[in-house]
Amino acid sequence: MTFLTFLTSLTSEQVVFILASILTIGAALVVVTNRNLFHAALALMASFLGVAGIYITLDAGFLAAAQLLVYIGAISILIIFAIMVTRRMMQVSESPFNSQRGLGFFVAVAGFLIVAVVILQWFGGEAFAAKPPVAPAVLSNAVAALGVSFVNPNAFALPFIVISILLLAALIGAIYIAWPRQRIDPAEDEA
Amino acid sequence: MSFNLIDFLLSFLDMTVLDYANEVWGDQPWLSPLLSVIYIVVIATVVLLLVFVVGWTERKVLARMQDRIGPNRVGGRYGMLQMVADVVKMMTKEVIIPAGADRWAYLAAPVVSLATSILLFAVLPLAPGVVGVNLPSGIFYVMAISSVSIVGLLLAGWGSNNKYALLGAFRAVSQLVSYEVPLMITLLVPVILAGTLSLVSIVEEQTIPYFFYVPLAGIIFFISILAETGRSPFDLLEAESEIIAGFHIEYSGMYFGLFMAAEYIAIMFMSALFATVYWGGYNFFGLEDLVLANGFAIGRPIGFISLIVKIAIAFFIFMWVRATLPRFRIDQLLDFNWKLMVPLSLVLLFVVVLLNKAIDVYAPGITEFGRMSIHLLSNVIIGIVVLEIMRRRARRKREAEEGPDAGGWRMEPVLAESDETQLAHAD
Repeated sequence: MTFLTFLTSLTSEQVVFILASILTIGAALVVVTNRNLFHAALALMASFLGVAGIYITLDAGFLAAAQLLVYIGAISILIIFAIMVTRRMMQVSESPFNSQRGLGFFVAVAGFLIVAVVILQWFGGEAFAAKPPVAPAVLSNAVAALGVSFVNPNAFALPFIVISILLLAALIGAIYIAWPRQRIDPAEDEA
Repeated sequence: MSFNLIDFLLSFLDMTVLDYANEVWGDQPWLSPLLSVIYIVVIATVVLLLVFVVGWTERKVLARMQDRIGPNRVGGRYGMLQMVADVVKMMTKEVIIPAGADRWAYLAAPVVSLATSILLFAVLPLAPGVVGVNLPSGIFYVMAISSVSIVGLLLAGWGSNNKYALLGAFRAVSQLVSYEVPLMITLLVPVILAGTLSLVSIVEEQTIPYFFYVPLAGIIFFISILAETGRSPFDLLEAESEIIAGFHIEYSGMYFGLFMAAEYIAIMFMSALFATVYWGGYNFFGLEDLVLANGFAIGRPIGFISLIVKIAIAFFIFMWVRATLPRFRIDQLLDFNWKLMVPLSLVLLFVVVLLNKAIDVYAPGITEFGRMSIHLLSNVIIGIVVLEIMRRRARRKREAEEGPDAGGWRMEPVLAESDETQLAHAD
């Protein structure tokens, strides 16, 4: 009965948050335990989708779209491509654990505890309260404010430029690696 | 205000049902979620049903363009119920899962494809004030969702346990990922002109459609959406003569039907997006805001019809291109993208940004028409320069292949030569 009253006391936002969290955590568990690498990559996508859902409940629609675009649309596809061209074709199953599993488990739990303790220290009981309301004017203007802060020298102009240079260097490096070193057969090169 | 059947029916006519419900029942907590759910169900259903219309139209128009009759048996003389018959046929067919298929991936692929196609319609403004959600980052949402649609193709290609399907998926990904670049860059051009990412605001900013500002960007965008939806001449992902049907070769029954539906819905949305960001969406010379004296918003149906007509014209061009052009080779396809479309769209983006800023700084009081003329002039100049560069390149390539002397028509010397050899044989 107490569980029922708990269920009915939930707001629609909390329901969405719980569903998104279940999707995120459940898919993440599948990622680390599944024996099929391709399925693990798919579960990783589902996990990213759940994170995007959590962003939406936090009124960060732009961030959610960026999450979809970058993590599902680009990174996951890259991972799947890497699996496709490096592994044997179908249904390769192998143990997802290696000799460092104990250490990995310890690091994951320790990381979670550190973050949890820091949040509790910082916000105390407020960490469990509902998020403070944000004015609609702020939300509708959030994307423009984000854009302005990227080019504002008092905000993120310098980090933005540094990241741009890093990306440019990576692009040039990729082109350099992919560039043909010497022409073995000019006729073939022409074709 | 209490519920009144006649007012309710009238609100259907001028597309203010949601406003009407809000007025009648006021601030009930259940009203807003309920209305959202109804809107979602209506849009998703209508979009799926439109596939019948669109599919029939395409087959009929393609047939006419190719001097055939097309569907003409089921449903009267024009074969209007042909698609219904086809869907019934697909429903009654068995769904065969091939041996060795990755069951999860195989079954999830059509669902992901269809879901991403339908999700796109959430942000499309249908008429003034009629839109699923007016997201502040609507264009970004469209980009994000359409990039997710690639996952469906990959799932199908991988899960089918078929080399043609896998080849199709590889082609699909290389094509879609490449053509996303010019697509996104040319989507940014209207964003810069309007100064917002919201699709509704972009429509409202277009007193003159952006196609008249930046026709080149519009054309690049249209070519990119042809490639993005895998339409001819970019239909390499399902090239029938090479890889049979590409990623959906192993699908049967309604699972295949779902892929078809997803494709048509994506085409509809992309036509709608093109009409929205470049042809002014539901705008129709200001008539879309017309409200009669008795409060009847006649402008909304006018705006809606105007949008539908624009989408139909864009879709007609889709069909026209499909009926006219042969398929690209894969290397030509990627060359065309990376060596022409991407650089050109980047140049266009820079020019638009600089010009727009320069106009704001040096001629702040300029009329909308003046702004349009400046952008149009820059576009015409860029277009002429690009055509000239392409002409020279093609000429150089031709000369390298045939020697420097072989310019102009090569028909005559070839004919003359063959005549001589024929004469020699005759002797």
